[in-house]
Amino acid sequence: MDKGGEALLKTEKLTHIYGKGTPFERTAIKDVDFEVHSGEIMGVIGHTGSGKSTLAQHLNALLKPASGRVLLNGEDIWRGEKKVSSVRFAVGLVFQYPEYQLFEETVYKDIAFGVKNSGVPEKDIESAVYSAMDFVHLDKSVAAKSPFELSGGQKRRVAIAGVIAMMPKVLVLDEPTAGLDPKGRREILSHIRAYRDATGASVVLITHSMDEIARLSDRVTVINRGEIALGGSVREVFSREDSLTRIGLRAPVVSRVLRRLHAMGIDVDCGACTVEQAIAELKRVAGDARA
Amino acid sequence: MPVLKDITLGQYFPGTSVVHRLDPRVKIILVVSYIAALFLAKGLYGYALSLCYLALAAAVSGIKPIQLVRGLRPMLFIVIFTAVLNILYIPGEHELFTVFSLSVTLEGVTTAIYMIMRLFMLVTCTFLLTYTTSPIMLTAAIEKLLAPFKLLRLPVHELAMMMTIALRMVPTLIEETDKIMSAQKARGADFESGNILKRAKALVPLLVPLFVSSFRRADELAVAMECRCYHGGAGRTKMKQLRVTAPDFAVAVPSLLYFAGCVTVGRLL
Ligand SMILES: Nc1ncnc2c1ncn2[C@@H]1O[C@H](COP(=O)(O)OP(=O)(O)OP(=O)(O)O)[C@@H](O)[C@H]1O
Ligand SMILES: [Mg+2]
Repeated sequence: MDKGGEALLKTEKLTHIYGKGTPFERTAIKDVDFEVHSGEIMGVIGHTGSGKSTLAQHLNALLKPASGRVLLNGEDIWRGEKKVSSVRFAVGLVFQYPEYQLFEETVYKDIAFGVKNSGVPEKDIESAVYSAMDFVHLDKSVAAKSPFELSGGQKRRVAIAGVIAMMPKVLVLDEPTAGLDPKGRREILSHIRAYRDATGASVVLITHSMDEIARLSDRVTVINRGEIALGGSVREVFSREDSLTRIGLRAPVVSRVLRRLHAMGIDVDCGACTVEQAIAELKRVAGDARA
Repeated sequence: MPVLKDITLGQYFPGTSVVHRLDPRVKIILVVSYIAALFLAKGLYGYALSLCYLALAAAVSGIKPIQLVRGLRPMLFIVIFTAVLNILYIPGEHELFTVFSLSVTLEGVTTAIYMIMRLFMLVTCTFLLTYTTSPIMLTAAIEKLLAPFKLLRLPVHELAMMMTIALRMVPTLIEETDKIMSAQKARGADFESGNILKRAKALVPLLVPLFVSSFRRADELAVAMECRCYHGGAGRTKMKQLRVTAPDFAVAVPSLLYFAGCVTVGRLL
């Protein structure tokens, strides 16, 4: 798989049990080994209830593992001298439907909440807030408005900006596009990529959509019933169509079409998984055929 | 999660035991009679018999003893406090020893022990009720039991509906609180340290979203109920009819006789 050296953020045999010791006990994730390298976008995909959000909350020390470890820069986040709160600023987590956590009178104050808590000097707060607003394409004029008078999509951006403003080294997003229209989705995804490109941070993108993974991520982890089912580069994972089907997932439409063409004897490379790549690939094949 | 996981109020552990299947009205009546018996019972035998009944009911219900004991934990302080007061202030003839010129008597100690037993049994039996009866059944039963008060123009149905909705919302609110708390912690909010003023201020990021979403939920629920033509109690029928059947009598009658026994045994001996 990836040979990029030491992982920035990593879990080892991570297991979490909800409601331990009650009749409602439930093992949400089991023996999860997961790695994020510096600067990469890691997609995490799995069915409802497969444990994606649980995993996400372990990455920034919101949940404590029943067993196993979470390592940030090689250090156990529950061991070392560093306080747990420093982990929360290094690994920024955007929750599922984050707009429900907005509470301040103005958008500006709400975005500044996390930055203030992180202990950034007063004079740097303003620039952090405005640059975060820039990443998610929020106009400066919105800053003075109440977050409650914005549209759903705008609220979502404010919430994401609130985490981006803390400049986390790893940005974890739990289904950031859920409930948005296609245009809103594309925009949010491009903001996320822009953040990675500009800061070199890593991104963990949790989603239900294979197409989003195909479009954005470098590597994928497929999680099924709390256990890692598949992992590797996007190309590798999408080529394991039978394994994906077995756990009830499907590769993106594009790679399935290419695979079908391949089966029909047309010599296409099945690795392409976005529409653009597929078009390029088909053009190449068409060109070859004509020549 | 760690902050809220101890809340067991109104929690229901589904099951199929005899205790679970008993008609909820019968259960409520039994619990009320049991509590009355506890207050009327006297002496060691009375309490011992009541305890036996509770132990039997708990065993039959299949609820783990640890769950029942866990429910008692919040009570511990009050119980110990009243027990100490009882021990120190009840006058009696058989003085055991004195502390700070207050005499501790045999009567004081026995009263304290009885009182502890009584409180524990009282709380445990109500927990047994809520652990084995779903909130919906509970409120349906209360509505039925209070039905006679409709004659006095008491809005029984509306009260029961309010109770049902409130109970229904408790777990949702707990879950929501957990979620918002985690989300704010992810932005570095600190709910656990600092003085009282600081902690109160730290609650703002929790309470504002919680209120906003509660109002939204209430609004959505009201609309959803209106869409389904809800217009109060008049003429409404129930999908699940409560029926008192032979097994209910088979449990209720001996139980009530037993309670009567608990009350009289202390007086006779
Ligand atoms: N606070 C909780 N208490 C008890 N069980 C929980 C809690 N949160 C999640 N679970 C359980 O743990 C399992 C994993 O849940 P999780 O939220 O991590 O799934 P998910 O993959 O994020 O699902 P979704 O795609 O629906 O967001 C589920 O079966 C869920 O019922
Ligand atoms: Mg989730």
